[in-house]
Amino acid sequence: MRLIQKLGDWFDLRLQLGTPIRETAEHAVPRETASWFYVFGSAALTCFTLQIVTGILLALIYVPSAGEAWNSLQTLNHGISLGWFIRALHGWGSNFMVAIVLIHMLQVFLFGAYKFPRELTWIIGVFLLLVTLGMAFTGQVLRFDQDAYWGLGIGASIASRVPVIGPWAVNLMLGGPIIAGATLSRFFALHVFVIPGLLIAFVGVHLLMVLKLGINEWPMPGRIVRRATYMQEYHELTHKQGVPFVPNAVWKDIIFSGVILVSIAVCAVHFGPFGPGGQPDPTIIQTAPRPDFFFLWLYALLSFLPPSAETPILLIGPVIGIIILLALPLVAGEGEKSWKRRPIAVLTILLVVVALGTLTHLAQNTPWSPVMDAWSSLPIPPEYLQSRTALERRGALVFQAKQCHNCHSLDDQGGKRGPALDQVALRLNSDQLIRQVIQGGGNMPAYGKNLSPAETTALVAFLRTLHPAGQSPANDASRAVTLGASEVSPRP
Amino acid sequence: MTEGTGISRRAMLVKLGLLLNGIVGAALAVPIVRYLLSPVIREKKIGYESWLSLGGLEQFPTGQTRLATYRNPVVNSWDGETGDIACWVRNVDGQTFQVFAINCAHLGCPVRWFPQSNLFMCPCHGGAYYQDGSRASGPPERGLFQYHYKVEGGKLLIKAGEMPTPGRSGNVKSGGTICA
Repeated sequence: MRLIQKLGDWFDLRLQLGTPIRETAEHAVPRETASWFYVFGSAALTCFTLQIVTGILLALIYVPSAGEAWNSLQTLNHGISLGWFIRALHGWGSNFMVAIVLIHMLQVFLFGAYKFPRELTWIIGVFLLLVTLGMAFTGQVLRFDQDAYWGLGIGASIASRVPVIGPWAVNLMLGGPIIAGATLSRFFALHVFVIPGLLIAFVGVHLLMVLKLGINEWPMPGRIVRRATYMQEYHELTHKQGVPFVPNAVWKDIIFSGVILVSIAVCAVHFGPFGPGGQPDPTIIQTAPRPDFFFLWLYALLSFLPPSAETPILLIGPVIGIIILLALPLVAGEGEKSWKRRPIAVLTILLVVVALGTLTHLAQNTPWSPVMDAWSSLPIPPEYLQSRTALERRGALVFQAKQCHNCHSLDDQGGKRGPALDQVALRLNSDQLIRQVIQGGGNMPAYGKNLSPAETTALVAFLRTLHPAGQSPANDASRAVTLGASEVSPRP
Repeated sequence: MTEGTGISRRAMLVKLGLLLNGIVGAALAVPIVRYLLSPVIREKKIGYESWLSLGGLEQFPTGQTRLATYRNPVVNSWDGETGDIACWVRNVDGQTFQVFAINCAHLGCPVRWFPQSNLFMCPCHGGAYYQDGSRASGPPERGLFQYHYKVEGGKLLIKAGEMPTPGRSGNVKSGGTICA
């Protein structure tokens, strides 16, 4: 023991780090902040550390070359002892990191931590969120499979819509005219050098400011933040009633970080690594590209925006969102911190969470996409064919053969792009059905050039049978009158 | 020499040193920026596009739409499979062709051809196009991108080399009416 003490003294005399480290560790924090609500920042840092370690381990094997990346991922999964586990840790670590960063942001927002004097801490935090998402996206590209390839295509298509510089932005992003080796190389450089560098720098400043300004005190309803008096009040909170960070608060951070690490490891073992999916061969087109979990909401949004509004919303929306986040502490730097006295803040959070949750949920089902193989793999339910005429059954055949089933469901089977047709005969009479099939409209393609008159007749006859047992199909009441009249007085 | 002027002399030397570094930094920035912008600058100089063969006309029967692939004209040895690009060739009447980019005009996903319903459908956000490439439904704002083509020596040639995107259709014409 004495030897260790001596060694420690030898180093400390030269490094002079012992005192500042001890002072930092034992600095006073407000008593109530030794709370389970204050553990997310340190957990995010723990995740980031795990990402650095596992990332370096992966870089020992991974080949950042468009021709070889996919093969090297296969080697990691199958050829290297426990390579799959390191990949799984890195993949799940990334999911946990994004989630914890978002929870951390939610917590500091609801606790008013962005108010004076911590405005810049929040602003750096917004940058940290952006670079974390940047890591998530570039990381998805490095898993160089079909999803990565077409995800890059989506990115390029969005970039190309920027006015004036769009075409150059695409070439700059892809490193050339197409998605190829240069694209992967530059995303590798971003993911491994540029963005982690920014992340480390921002984390450093962020942490330094938390230490210098002190952790945000527990918000009490009615305790108003004022620039003139806040520093004095905070000083009293920490120095009169405060507790040392180590050990009073830090044990919760340590235990929560440990739980998070265990959770990541359990997910990694249980669910395994992410992909890679199919080979990044653009001539294999039987693929339905999908982004990773945290970009699913955006994927859903892109299918719902009306075409005319899409480009402006895509390009201006993120800018406005980021400006709002950055401006928040400058606009609302004073006042109530407690979420109990900030109903609009709470409602905003609820709105954002519900919107993102709904979009993510929709993106997992993609109801806007045709089910590409419904026409050949999902038969028409037998009860829709029983006791039907030959013509109606012929129409059911047309329904399958012309791939109507890809967009329209019967008995909840098939595409959700168009309306379900189980009761279509109640909504449309036969003339309306013929018009809809031939001319399309309301987001349905026109099939006029694609169906013979006989096929149309058969199809409409089948659709006319789609109504509940006790209800008769829609009819044009004037039709009988008009036809009757024409029979009485035939055209000359 | 008084101490005051000495300090100002040193302060001036610091400024001079900073200026020197600034000039060197600016001079170094020029090649760095040029290096970074090389994918953009190159486009102006040489151009990425050239005429490529999709193969003999016999591969594209009249009245049908077939998948064709080509090797991108600008590739590096490490590009692997990403240098192979697919496109849809429609033989309209034996003499007229339409060559569509594989990329959906919405966000670039690969569209699939369904000969039964004569539609191109996109798996990403549900865009659909008619057989002549014009927009049928869904989020795309326009029809499929088309490559310029010519027939030479019994082969179908297209002008390609750049991934078509909504903002840069450049040499790629818009889908819709058939241009002979």
